[in-house]
Amino acid sequence: MTNPEAKLVCRNVWKLFGADAAGFLARHGGHPDAAAITEAGLVGAVRQVDLDVREGEIFVIMGLSGSGKSTLVRLMSRLIEPSGGDVLFKGENLLKVSEKRMIEIRRHQMGMVFQHFALLPHLTVLDNVAFPLDIQGMSRAAREARAREMIELVGLAGKERAYPRQLSGGQQQRVGIARSLAVEPEIWFLDEPFSALDPLIRREMQDEFMRLQTVLHKTIVFITHDFDEAIRLADRIAIMKDGEIVQAGTPEEIVLTPATSYVAEFTRSVARAKVIRARSLMVAAQPGDAEGPTVSDRSNISDAAPLFLDGVGHLGVTDDAGKLIGRLERDAVVSLMLRG
Amino acid sequence: MTTSSPTLAEADAARDQRATGRLPFAWLLAFGVFLAFWLLAKPYLPAAFDYPKAHVIKLAKWISAAMKWLIDEASFGLFSFTDLTRFISAVLDVPYTVASSLLSTGFLEGSGSSAIQIVPPLPWIAVIGLVMLLGHWLGGRSLALLAGACFLFLAVFGQWTSAMITLASILVAAPLGVIFGLLFGIAAWRWRWLERIIMPLLDLMQTIPVFAYLVPVLFLFGFGPTAAVIATLIFATPPMIRIAILSLRAVPGEIIDLGHMVGCTERQMTWRVMVPAARESLMVGMNQVIMLSLNMVIIASMIGAGGLGFDVLAALRRLDFGAGLEAGFAIVALAIAMDRLSQAAAEKLSAPSTENSASGFISRHPYLIAGVALVVLTSALGYVVPAIRTYPEALQLSTGSFWSEVVAWINVNFFDSLEAIKNAMLLNVLIPFKRFLGGLPWLGVTALLGFAGFRLGGWRLALLTSCLPLFIAVTGQWEKAMITLYLCGISAVIASLIGIPIGIYSATRDRVWAWVQLAIDTLQTLPSFVYLMPAVMLFRVGDFTAMIAVVAFAVAPAIRYTALGIRKVDPKLIEAGRAMGCTEWQILTRIRLKLALPEILLGLNQTIMFALSMLVITALVGTRDLGQEVYIALTKADTGRGLVAGLSIAAIAIIADRLISAGAVHARRRLGLE
Repeated sequence: MTNPEAKLVCRNVWKLFGADAAGFLARHGGHPDAAAITEAGLVGAVRQVDLDVREGEIFVIMGLSGSGKSTLVRLMSRLIEPSGGDVLFKGENLLKVSEKRMIEIRRHQMGMVFQHFALLPHLTVLDNVAFPLDIQGMSRAAREARAREMIELVGLAGKERAYPRQLSGGQQQRVGIARSLAVEPEIWFLDEPFSALDPLIRREMQDEFMRLQTVLHKTIVFITHDFDEAIRLADRIAIMKDGEIVQAGTPEEIVLTPATSYVAEFTRSVARAKVIRARSLMVAAQPGDAEGPTVSDRSNISDAAPLFLDGVGHLGVTDDAGKLIGRLERDAVVSLMLRG
Repeated sequence: MTTSSPTLAEADAARDQRATGRLPFAWLLAFGVFLAFWLLAKPYLPAAFDYPKAHVIKLAKWISAAMKWLIDEASFGLFSFTDLTRFISAVLDVPYTVASSLLSTGFLEGSGSSAIQIVPPLPWIAVIGLVMLLGHWLGGRSLALLAGACFLFLAVFGQWTSAMITLASILVAAPLGVIFGLLFGIAAWRWRWLERIIMPLLDLMQTIPVFAYLVPVLFLFGFGPTAAVIATLIFATPPMIRIAILSLRAVPGEIIDLGHMVGCTERQMTWRVMVPAARESLMVGMNQVIMLSLNMVIIASMIGAGGLGFDVLAALRRLDFGAGLEAGFAIVALAIAMDRLSQAAAEKLSAPSTENSASGFISRHPYLIAGVALVVLTSALGYVVPAIRTYPEALQLSTGSFWSEVVAWINVNFFDSLEAIKNAMLLNVLIPFKRFLGGLPWLGVTALLGFAGFRLGGWRLALLTSCLPLFIAVTGQWEKAMITLYLCGISAVIASLIGIPIGIYSATRDRVWAWVQLAIDTLQTLPSFVYLMPAVMLFRVGDFTAMIAVVAFAVAPAIRYTALGIRKVDPKLIEAGRAMGCTEWQILTRIRLKLALPEILLGLNQTIMFALSMLVITALVGTRDLGQEVYIALTKADTGRGLVAGLSIAAIAIIADRLISAGAVHARRRLGLE
């Protein structure tokens, strides 16, 4: 059942707010329905969540405010105690481990970035970034060396002595990112990291984030309320509503086949060509396609489209190894782009 | 749509009418019943007017007996209760002795009059220098000059020794208050059940008048500076606890999450994350503790704190206005210096420290080195030049006789007009109101208060507002409580009549407001004792004098809350009013005052609280209310009597506070502010 390459797995995870939520869950066999929850006077913040986050992917949890996404990410690190279910991190059930072991795991294997940065106002940038290492008891020289590395990585070199209040929002979040990376986490939680920033800065930070990921290859759980951001960054997306995951899949799957009208509401305004990849639109290759221009099967249609400007009728599609695997027809591309 | 909307509107209108119509009717009915009861019931039910003496619960006696048992018999097995209190005294005595020796008496060998000074106290120049260095470090040159000037004032006007005794008490009490407050606050933040126990206690402790603390402390810890330090601690710690809880609660959830995510242990969480993150507001608490300590140390002169408070007290007893006023000015100087220094400290310490990159010890700690050098140098020189050690008496200015003459002059020239004012007020306002309140039936008042509580806040409030007056009645305090109420009520009304217009006037004028704010801020830093002096000088003892002092003390919150309330009104609404063509008067009456009403009510609430706390102190000028009761209990060391009277004052305060707060909530809801 468990995917071998899954780093973090949630199985039937619940969070109900109210008296005796765990007992209530047990009485209902772990799967109460919405009516029963309301009747018991409980609030279902996260309901019956099953998902697995794979090694090295960016897993985006997208939902509007109140959908339970921030609660869910806190259940994954047990900042909030789940009412029921299992959270497996590298095969270890986090809900069964001792307080001490949990502290160990958080100290060495988890990193988290917060919406409002959560920088400690009394510490310099350097001390903020070194703070998690300090808590672990690392020596000053070692932790400061590591912190400097991280500050360099996020492009804040020269700001080590500044205090958070002297930095712009974007810079503050860079500090937050550097801090969360200082412990070299195996899983990286980002809770709406760019939501508090101006649109232009947000864009810049998204690019920066993608650049970092190409270097670091972290396993990432990324929370956002911005569907465009989700599409832009995600390898896979889970869409939440009222505490439940209504659909999970790659951006393409979600845009092409929205599971509910709620999801369709988000996907409507998304330009298909920016989401759909050559792989999804290609047809079987014909002999000789390799001669003409080719595109990678991962590139999206809006990137491939300009190649048709030369008047060619079709493009070859190649996989990572450069092997021809299909062809992209001009008509298919045109009709996709015309549909918006 | 068109058919349904008029009916909806009608229904709304009808409901509004019912709501507004029903309320006054219920009130009118209640008042009518009360009036009828008051006027007609006396012959039939005298017990409702004067609480029957035979049924008075002798709570005071019980408390005194319990206290006696506690001291004479109570034991924890290995040691008795008295051992415990003696131990606490002994422990606190150590830092106090050090502080007072350092500042005032010098280190002594032997005791009493045969004591020999081994090491003299710090030279006055050294103290002033240290204060200036501190001021410079915390807030630059202007603060250094201000603090230096305040302390120089103490030396020049011959108040040095007393002021240093007062300062020594504060130096012991304030840090302890901050530490205890912080620790309790952290504990209450961490364990909810503790907070649930502590919070109502804190509420009560803040409403019980300060004198009432002195009685049991006097009983348990005896007479002297150590007991005074304990009383000060008891008085000044609660606000720190409250501020600590509030500021820890105000730490953003994300910061707490961060602490958990980086794997903090409980201890790391508290000391590495929570306390530093809450530092800014914790520092506000520090300032509060220092100022409250000063206030209390002055009052605690009654149980032997000595110092400036004792000078005022002694002068009051002798009716030596000059001396009293001089000591009063010294208190003001000390208060201003301490307030500004601690505010600057709060700012300095809550802002992140600018890293000092200098390498050597000397260049990293210039202030420390300068301070040590100053002390060593002046102490050494003090052996040669006595004027450095103690301020030369020949250079002292005494304004005491000057002030006495001023008072005499005023009394000679304005005696008639002052007397006329006083008598007119007494005859036309004070005495009739006193008679009126005195004649009210306690049972009717209790019922009426219960009714008000029910209308404004439901059954729970009704229960509270009817049980508390009942408590006052059955413990036999009703008559004195009414006198308290009359003085407090009149003073609060007058303070409001003065304060609210000033608040309204200054609220919309930025420059005026800046000055008014400075004035009321300064007034509020002054210990309440100080307010008595001028009032007594002009009007001698009695109710009128007490009223003047109370009004002077209680006017500040009336001004502050009114002005803040009006200033807080959304400028867009003012703009909208202008756009509709409102005149300035209409804007004031229809928009500003309306929307500021909840704040003004809170101001009234504070005014009453201030009035009550001051009222107790005016017992010194011969009122006959509950405050006097506490004061008498203090002089007789009668714990039960003092506590019961103190609790009665607290009861009045709680009733007023809860009713007005509920009224403010009502008003806020009606105005759609909530």
